[in-house]
Amino acid sequence: MTDTTDTAPGGVAVTRRRSVRDRNDAEGGARGGDRPTGRRRAGPPRSWRHSPLRRITPWLFLAAPLALLITFTYVPVASMISYSFTDWDGVSPDRENVGFDNYVQIFTRPELFRVFFVSGYYLAASVVQIAVALYFAVILSFNLKFRNFFKGILFFPYLINGVAIGFVFLYFFQDGGTLDSVLSWFGVSNDHPWLGDPTSANISLAGVSVWRFTGLNFVLFLGAIQSIPGELYEAAELDGAGRWKQFRHIIAPGIKPVISLSVILAISGSLSVFEIPYIMTGGATGTQTFVIQTIKLAFQFNKTGLASAAAVVLLLIILLITWIQRRLVPDDKVDLV
Amino acid sequence: MTPAPAARHPRRRRVPVGPVLTYLSLIAASAVVLLPLAVVLLTSLKTSQEVGDGGALSLPGDWLNFDNYVTAFNDGNMLTAFGNTAFILLFSIAGTVIIGSMTAYAIDRFDFRAKKLVMALFLIATLVPAVTTQVATFQVISGFGLVDTRWAPILLYMGTDIVSVYIFLQFIRGIPTSLDEAARLDGANSFTIYRKIIFPLLKPAIATVVIIKGITTYNDFYIPFLYMHSEDLGTISTALFRFKGPFGAHWEAISAGAILVILPTLVIFLLLQRWIYNGFSQGATK
Repeated sequence: MTDTTDTAPGGVAVTRRRSVRDRNDAEGGARGGDRPTGRRRAGPPRSWRHSPLRRITPWLFLAAPLALLITFTYVPVASMISYSFTDWDGVSPDRENVGFDNYVQIFTRPELFRVFFVSGYYLAASVVQIAVALYFAVILSFNLKFRNFFKGILFFPYLINGVAIGFVFLYFFQDGGTLDSVLSWFGVSNDHPWLGDPTSANISLAGVSVWRFTGLNFVLFLGAIQSIPGELYEAAELDGAGRWKQFRHIIAPGIKPVISLSVILAISGSLSVFEIPYIMTGGATGTQTFVIQTIKLAFQFNKTGLASAAAVVLLLIILLITWIQRRLVPDDKVDLV
Repeated sequence: MTPAPAARHPRRRRVPVGPVLTYLSLIAASAVVLLPLAVVLLTSLKTSQEVGDGGALSLPGDWLNFDNYVTAFNDGNMLTAFGNTAFILLFSIAGTVIIGSMTAYAIDRFDFRAKKLVMALFLIATLVPAVTTQVATFQVISGFGLVDTRWAPILLYMGTDIVSVYIFLQFIRGIPTSLDEAARLDGANSFTIYRKIIFPLLKPAIATVVIIKGITTYNDFYIPFLYMHSEDLGTISTALFRFKGPFGAHWEAISAGAILVILPTLVIFLLLQRWIYNGFSQGATK
């Protein structure tokens, strides 16, 4: 689909013919002595397409973006890898090379390793999240009254500031807070604090993340379902396919790429949870996540080396998952060029 | 989780399962979404005594009691916070738009030797989650002496937004190159073409990027939390986070602060709904 200068057959001829004037205007005919090439082609010898200026121009446009990309993505990744083999504290000028010691620590010290289990709660939550989002996307893809109203309500949490969400749910889970009051309407009395023990705290926090992120999945699914041509359903109905069959054979294959994307976002998301638990519990009562731990190691305990190793591990896991997903679900629309 | 094969309407697509169940599930979901927010709104209108005595779901005595908002706004340094956020938003959005569109222009409209390599650099960077690299990014920022300035987040938001590059790239492909060529014939150089032809035509893509970037920047907590410690450099996220200490158990003030932060998002959402849905769908799938 790229209709670049080189593939525009009609325009090129025009360009060549007319750029004589163009070039002479621009360069004052200074390099008009390029006759040999001129004989080889019908057009002028050095059009814009072959001028040396053209080779530099893209780099003039790319200089700033590439500088930023390299400074803030590639340099940090490289230095992070190099820190991870040292015992650097982030401040002092000297550091010892400790080999793989940091990595060994991450996988052998139970208190460091435990954070991976916390991710399990968020992973389970994202299964719920995707299922709920899929359900509402399917029902709202039909003509319903107040469709846009419900769509708006379901999506809005995704736009809310994370700190505000944290406070909203701190109050929600508080003793005698929103949740307890609602439960008491239904005659359920609860006397244990929701954020009081690791299991219930992690489930509560994972629930908040379902509340927050379902909307995004929902809108993605809904968009994918609505882009399926309506004739498909009509044809299926003529063939006597019921709703369930329509879902299985039309909707499900149609939104497969989006579901696979959501799964990958869910996995990398549940490994890098930070905001909600940090704001709500600060990582107390067994709710510490990988990122909270890394940040604490680096900025509270000055263990830059160990924190870097942890970050490298997380990066590798995420790269691995992305790679597996690309292998399992070859995305035919991955086109960059 | 999916519509049961119940009612079989031979013609149009209609509500599948019993419509009642469908609406019930929608109403239940709406209640789950709105209840926590509604309670915080109620709490923000109560007096401190009402919060202490009544339950969470009790109603405020005076529905127009905005004292908590005044407290939150003044004592919570919200004005400075909104100012800082606006400053960061302005520069990082402008920067993202310029950087992203320039990159897309260079990649789509030129052929150069290292094009594949440049594309690969941008592609691979999407896989590196920013949360993981902050340990080392901090050292880079501190090497520039930018820790605890507003330029740290601005540079980071500007320099690491690859999604917007993709949005621009997709859009720029749809702009016919004959326009560039015509301008070239009239003697325009590449920069003029970018500025006078491509950039104005990118408006819809720019709108998408501004919306996504605006909302994510407005909501970001992680970067300002790591890089801007000073009291007077709070953004709305970090300023709200600091409510935790001094306001302790004063839920009415915290609630008012949270509502103050949510309100602008709600207004923007109501005004720009369609753009927002499209923007975030594009942003996530690219």
